[in-house]
Amino acid sequence: MARLSISHLKKIYGDFIAVDDVDISVAEGEFLVLLGPSGCGKTTTLRMIAGFIPPTAGSITIGEQDVTNLPPWKRHCGLVFQSYALFPHMTVAQNVAFGLEMHKVPQAERGPRVAEALRLVRLNGFDERYPRQLSGGQQQRVALARALAMEPKVLLLDEPLSNLDAKLRLEVRVEIRELQRKLGLTTIMVTHDQEEALTMADRLVVMEKGQVRQIGTQRELYERPADRFVAGFIGRSAFLDGEVTAPGLFRTAGGLDIACAAASVPGPATLALRPERIAVGAEVEGLPNRFTARVEHASYLGALLDIQVSLDEHDRMLLQIPNRAGLIEPKPGESISIGWAEDAGLVYPRGA
Amino acid sequence: MSAGSLRLGRYALNGAAGLSLGFILMPLIFVTWLAFFRQEIPSFPPEGYSLQWFAAAAKNKPFIDGFLLSLQVGVAATLIGLALGVPASLALVRHRIPLGPGVSTLLLLPLVMPGIVLGTATYVFQIEIEIATEIPVLGSLLGLVAAHSLVVIPWVVRLVTASLVGFDRSIEEAAQNLGAGPFTTFWRVTLPSIRPGLVAAALFGFVTSFGNLEMSLFLVGPGRTTLPIAILQYLEWKIDPTVAAASLIQIVLIGVAMIVTDRYVKLSRVV
Repeated sequence: MARLSISHLKKIYGDFIAVDDVDISVAEGEFLVLLGPSGCGKTTTLRMIAGFIPPTAGSITIGEQDVTNLPPWKRHCGLVFQSYALFPHMTVAQNVAFGLEMHKVPQAERGPRVAEALRLVRLNGFDERYPRQLSGGQQQRVALARALAMEPKVLLLDEPLSNLDAKLRLEVRVEIRELQRKLGLTTIMVTHDQEEALTMADRLVVMEKGQVRQIGTQRELYERPADRFVAGFIGRSAFLDGEVTAPGLFRTAGGLDIACAAASVPGPATLALRPERIAVGAEVEGLPNRFTARVEHASYLGALLDIQVSLDEHDRMLLQIPNRAGLIEPKPGESISIGWAEDAGLVYPRGA
Repeated sequence: MSAGSLRLGRYALNGAAGLSLGFILMPLIFVTWLAFFRQEIPSFPPEGYSLQWFAAAAKNKPFIDGFLLSLQVGVAATLIGLALGVPASLALVRHRIPLGPGVSTLLLLPLVMPGIVLGTATYVFQIEIEIATEIPVLGSLLGLVAAHSLVVIPWVVRLVTASLVGFDRSIEEAAQNLGAGPFTTFWRVTLPSIRPGLVAAALFGFVTSFGNLEMSLFLVGPGRTTLPIAILQYLEWKIDPTVAAASLIQIVLIGVAMIVTDRYVKLSRVV
């Protein structure tokens, strides 16, 4: 296993910038997830690492070797495709052995290594089956075994779970993560599924429009999102537009003054509040920011209630209340008191 | 529509299908029947049955020589057709080549061109080459094979292109990711994946070449005739059932080839 670093990576198609000056480094044995909406450049980045797309500029280093100009077959990174891409005319064992054969592993060594790879993904005994005789989940595991058998320097996963049904996805998530940890694989996974990313990653890279918005752990991304996009993309946020009038003071578009520790530089800005940080009803007692809000819409989500409220005609926001015993569900049109602490919100200058 | 008229419609459709099938099979049935007639001049009803014409066909030197030549030409033309048609199909499907649709139509043209036209054109072309280079092309095996390759190529291009269109290219990427260079990837992954198309193309290409009469008529040399021509020449003098017997042998051989092929690749799926 090796570390991987990408510096100033860029890919331009005509006048479309698919990947814009991306810098990422992955430590040995780390599980890094590239996360973002479709078209954000995450898959293009992964395919540049695998060598299928030549970068317009920048460099990629695996271990100590600069691989930027190496063809895919000399990069030694195992890629698990979204479609699995198993060879349909070969058995499971032949599929897994293919990489070993290409890397000129002696015949005598191949058998045990294929068996070992299949054992890791719990598919021993499936050697002689053909891919079409396997379920989606099994095919996915063969693809993983095939990538692992050649002992790649890094493991690349391209939305590996998106073709599995919801229940299986949860299982395979855990399996891949455990295997990755056990083998100490340096891994980069691409996904657009936020929950998947949060459960599997050591660190996440949030991308949008070809650029890296933020790199960090789950906690860092959730609690200190670098910009408004990340605040809205990782978890949910209520956004109030307005301006910072003085350090510590934010005024909404509707003219409400809010005490906010994060407000520093005066100017147009957006205040982002996590729904669970907003107190409701009797709990607002003693909080610096207290308002009466009108319920617009309430949705029952089981463990939580999602409530859309308006503070005035300009300012709307989302709250989440835990579904505790004895809770009286607010009805649209009712007034409720809400409030939050001074340190609850994050402020992003607008236009940035 | 009522159930009654629906059923009536289905009967009509089945009837029409049966009629067409019968029409197609009619010559086949008659040739088979005729091959076993005892008398020399075919007349109905037959005077009796015998296998003598099969023996006669098997002893007929022009038929034997023609069969061997047709076999030779068919195999060579099929191999050349594959060698040219597969790369052409790859280029057409995978790359945006200039005038792509035009090239594609051009490659399919020999299939729709009347055989006489194709034969005349090739004949004139080969004469011109002979005049220009003084290499005896016309009437040579080489000239014949070259011309036959022409009718194999459309089959290869059509069937291989069809296989490539539904081909998931990520399996080629997977091979490269696992360490296979472009050539190994093509040989180990691409070709096996389009095998049904290749086999079908080879079969149909070979049959087309084997049965070709119009073009071969222009191009065969003295003492070098293909089987269809040998049969035609025989018919100019005699109309005894030897020809029917020879035809039946051909039909059986091609039938067997199709059945064997179909066991490995389902022809109905690629054609």
